[in-house]
Amino acid sequence: MTLDSKIPKGPIKDKWTTYKDKINLVNPANKRLIDVIVVGTGLAGGSAAATLAELGYNVKAFCFQDSPRRAHSIAAQGGINAAKNYQGDGDSVYRLFYDTVKGGDYRSREANVHRLAEVSVNIIDQCVAQGVPFARDYGGLLDNRSFGGVLVSRTFYAKGQTGQQLLLGAYSAMNRQIARGKIKMYNRHEMLDVVVVDGKARGIIARNLVTGEIQRHSAHAVVIGSGGYGNAFYLSTYAMGSNVTAAWKAHKRGAFFANPCYTQIHPTCMPVSGDHQSKLTLMSESLRNDGRIWVPAKKEDAIAIREGKLKPTQIKEEDRDYYLERRYPAFGNLVPRDVASRAAKERCDAGYGVNQTGEAVYLDFADAITRYGKEQALVKGLDTNDAATVEKLGKAIIKAKYGNLFQMYEKIMDENPYETPMMIYPAVHYTMGGIWVDYNLMTTVPGLYAIGEANFSDHGANRLGASALMQGLADGYFVLPYTIGDYLADDIRTGPISTETPEFEEAETNVRDRIEKLVNNNGKHSVDYYHKKLGKIMWNKCGMSRNEKELKEAIEEISQLRKEFWEDVFVPGEAVGYNEELAKAGRVADFLELGELFAKDALQREESCGGHFREEYQTPEGEALRVKEFQYVSAWEYKGEPKDAVLHKEPLEYENIEVKERSYK
Amino acid sequence: MKLTLKIWRQKDANDKGRIVDYELDNVSPDMSFLEMLDILNQQLIDNREEPVAFDHDCREGICGTCSLFINGRAHGPDREITACQLHMRSFNDGDTIYIEPWRAKAFPIVKDLIVDRSAFDRIQQAGGFISVNTSGNTQDANAIPIAKEAADTAMDAATCIGCGACVATCKNSSAMLFVGAKVSQYALLPQGQVEAADRVKNMVAQMDLEGFGNCTNTGACEVECPKGISLENIARMNRELIKAAF
Repeated sequence: MTLDSKIPKGPIKDKWTTYKDKINLVNPANKRLIDVIVVGTGLAGGSAAATLAELGYNVKAFCFQDSPRRAHSIAAQGGINAAKNYQGDGDSVYRLFYDTVKGGDYRSREANVHRLAEVSVNIIDQCVAQGVPFARDYGGLLDNRSFGGVLVSRTFYAKGQTGQQLLLGAYSAMNRQIARGKIKMYNRHEMLDVVVVDGKARGIIARNLVTGEIQRHSAHAVVIGSGGYGNAFYLSTYAMGSNVTAAWKAHKRGAFFANPCYTQIHPTCMPVSGDHQSKLTLMSESLRNDGRIWVPAKKEDAIAIREGKLKPTQIKEEDRDYYLERRYPAFGNLVPRDVASRAAKERCDAGYGVNQTGEAVYLDFADAITRYGKEQALVKGLDTNDAATVEKLGKAIIKAKYGNLFQMYEKIMDENPYETPMMIYPAVHYTMGGIWVDYNLMTTVPGLYAIGEANFSDHGANRLGASALMQGLADGYFVLPYTIGDYLADDIRTGPISTETPEFEEAETNVRDRIEKLVNNNGKHSVDYYHKKLGKIMWNKCGMSRNEKELKEAIEEISQLRKEFWEDVFVPGEAVGYNEELAKAGRVADFLELGELFAKDALQREESCGGHFREEYQTPEGEALRVKEFQYVSAWEYKGEPKDAVLHKEPLEYENIEVKERSYK
Repeated sequence: MKLTLKIWRQKDANDKGRIVDYELDNVSPDMSFLEMLDILNQQLIDNREEPVAFDHDCREGICGTCSLFINGRAHGPDREITACQLHMRSFNDGDTIYIEPWRAKAFPIVKDLIVDRSAFDRIQQAGGFISVNTSGNTQDANAIPIAKEAADTAMDAATCIGCGACVATCKNSSAMLFVGAKVSQYALLPQGQVEAADRVKNMVAQMDLEGFGNCTNTGACEVECPKGISLENIARMNRELIKAAF
C-alpha cells in the first residue's frame, strides 16, 4: 500500500479554498440519514461533535470521563495562537505557517500547516461569539502575549486557563446539540475496538465503565479524537486516564501510526519529588515571558545548594549561568520547548542541577519584579530607587499576570516563588506523533478519521506553545466538518448500519475475551507495577536523548515486560460493575505495545529533529543535527507484534519554505 | 506519617454503604491526598482486596473530577484547592481522617466515593450556551469591544470547574453557585444578552427538576469553592431571573 496524502494541487495559498469549492456536499435532508461516531470530547472531539451535529448529522459522542467537560484539554494553560495581527507586529498567515513548520523542525506537512494557519483566525472569532472570556486590554480589545519560538505576540489567552475556557466553549456547543437530540452523549464509556465492514470503518465496540456492559455502536464514519499517548511514560503532565487505547485499536484495525517517537518534553514542569508521585504538573510556558532560567555557574555552588547549605538568592549575579540567554541570544528564554528542555538536561547532567536529586533548574522572577516595580513607581510618581516600594509594586504585577500559577506552585512545592526562584525540570507533555492521516484527516482505513493530538499531521517533530489548542479546534470546527462530508456524500443511500454482522460479532468477542483474560489472570503484580516499569524504560531510554544501544535495549525490555504483564498481572474485581483497575489494565496493555513501536521508530530515525534527539547526530555545539534522507513521515503498519510493524514512508516536500538549520541564536 | 482512614464503602447504587477503617503507614507529607489513596489501594490490591473507587483525572485542580468530602469538608482543609491539590503536610502523624462522597439527592452514589453528577450536565444543556453555529464567518472577534472589567468578571465566573463542592457543602444541597456562575458569565457579556431571559429561566427550572435545594444565604459554597467563585453570582442570577419574569 502506498501512502497518498491527497494534498490538493495549486499554490499553497489557494489549496484549501479551492478544495472546499470542489468537494462533494451532502444536502441537509440526507445528513439526517447519516450517523457519525466521535470518540473523545476534548477540543478536537468536542468541537467536531458539536459542528457535525449543527450540520445535521446524527452524532454519537463517547468519553471515559463522567462529563465531556473534563477532557484533558481543560488543563492547557497558556493560550491559543492565531494570525490575527491585532498587535500590528508583523504577523500574518504566512508567518504563523512559517513559524510552525520551522518550530516542527521541518518534519510536518506544508499544506496541512498552511490550512491550520488560515483557519486560526476563524477560531478566535468563533470562540468569542460563543462567549469565551478571553483577556482584554483597557480599551476592551483582545490582549495577546508571546510564546516560545516566535518573534510576534499572537497568543490569545484567558488567564492561565485558556484550555478550560475553550473546552467549556466546545462543551457548551455540544450541550446545545445534546438538548436538540442531535448528539447522543455516552459518558463513562470507553471505546475498545473499531469495527471495519467491507474495508470501511462502520462502528465501535464500547464498554460502559459503570456497569461493565459491552456495547455495539454503528455509524457511517468514526472519528478518533482521543488525545495523545504520553502516559506511556507513566509520569507525565497528562491526566491519569489519558490513554492510547482508542488510537491503538484503530492502528490494529489498519490505521498506520505515524512518527510515534516524536514526543514533547516540556521544559517548565515541577520536578519529581519522590517514588509515590503519580503525575507531574506543568507550569505554563508563558512564565518564560518574564522568568529567567539559570543554574549556578560554579559546580561547588550547585553542590552546596543541593546539600541545603546555600540559598539561590545568596548567589551573586556574576556566579549565575543564564544558559539559555548565553547560548541563544536572539530568543533567550523564549526558545522552543525541545531546545529549552535539552539545555536544562545538559546543565543538570553536567552537575549543575539545584534540587536534591540534581534534576532541576531555576526560573527566576526577581528581575521582572524589579523591572515592573520601577515602571509602576514611575507611573505612580513614586521613588523608583526605593527598593521596598519597587518590590511591592512589582510583585503585584507578577501576581496579576501569573497569580494562579504561583499559587499552584506554592501549594505543591511548599515554597513561595515570589521570594525564591521556582525550580523546574522537563516532563512529558504532548505527543506530536499519532495516527497517520491524509489532507482530509482520514486514516488509512476509509471512513476512519483522526483529529487533534490523536493524529500526527501539523506539528512535525516539535510543537510550538499555544499551537495544540489551535490545532484541536481547527480540526474539529473547521476542517473535519468539510472533509468528512466529501466522504459521506457516497453514503446517502446506505441506510442504517446493522450491528448484527459477523464483523461486529468478531470485534465484540475479541473485547470480551481480553477482558475475561485480564480479570481471571490472578497473577502477582498490580497494573501500576507494570506501568511504572514501562515508564522507567521509556524515560531512561526513549526520553530527552536517545542512542542506538539504549533503544535496542528498550525494545527488548518492553517486549519482555509485556510478556510478564500478560502472564502475571493481577486485576481485582469483576468484569461487571465499576472496576477502574480493569480499565487501567486494558490501557497499560496497549501502552506496552505502543512503547515498543515508539522505540523502534526512534531507532530507525537516524537523525536528530525537534523532540527526537539522537546522541549520535548532533552538531559540535550539541544542537540537533537533521539528516536530509530522513525528511519523511514514518508511518507504521500493524502486522501482529510491534517488532513486525512495517515502515511506510511519506516523503515531505517543502515548496514554500526553505529547509534550513533551525537556529534560535 | 501513620494514619487511620475511615472511608465510605458502597458496592453500587443499591448497596446500603458503610464506613470501613483502614490503617496506613509510611505516608510522606509531600504526597498529595490522592497519592495517599493510591498507596492505600496498592496495599489493598496486594492483599487481594478491592481498591477504594474514587473519581480523579487531571490531578492539577482543573478538571473538576475529584470529589471527596474529607473530615466533613468538601475537598478537605485549606481554601481554594481541590482534593488532588491537597497535600498530606496538611495533616499530622496519627490523625484519623474521614473520607466520604458528595452527599446530595441529585448526586446518587455510583460506587464508594464516586457520585453521578450528570445533573450538572443537564442543567447546562437547558441553556448554558450561546446559540451560534460554527461557520467561519462570524464577525471579527474585535468588532465588539468588551470592557476589561466585564470580561474579567465574566472570566472569574467562568472558572467554575463543575466539581459540585458547592452542592456537597450546602445544607440544602443547592446548586445555585454553579448555576449562578454560568448565568453570570453570559449575563456579563454582550454575546449573552439575546438569550438571557430564556437561559436563566430554563437553567433554574432544570436545577429545580433535578432536586437541588434552594439558597438560604449561608455562604458555605463560596468558602469551599476550589475556584473562589463569589456569592455575587447567585445574586446576579436572581436579578436575571426577576428581569426575565417581566
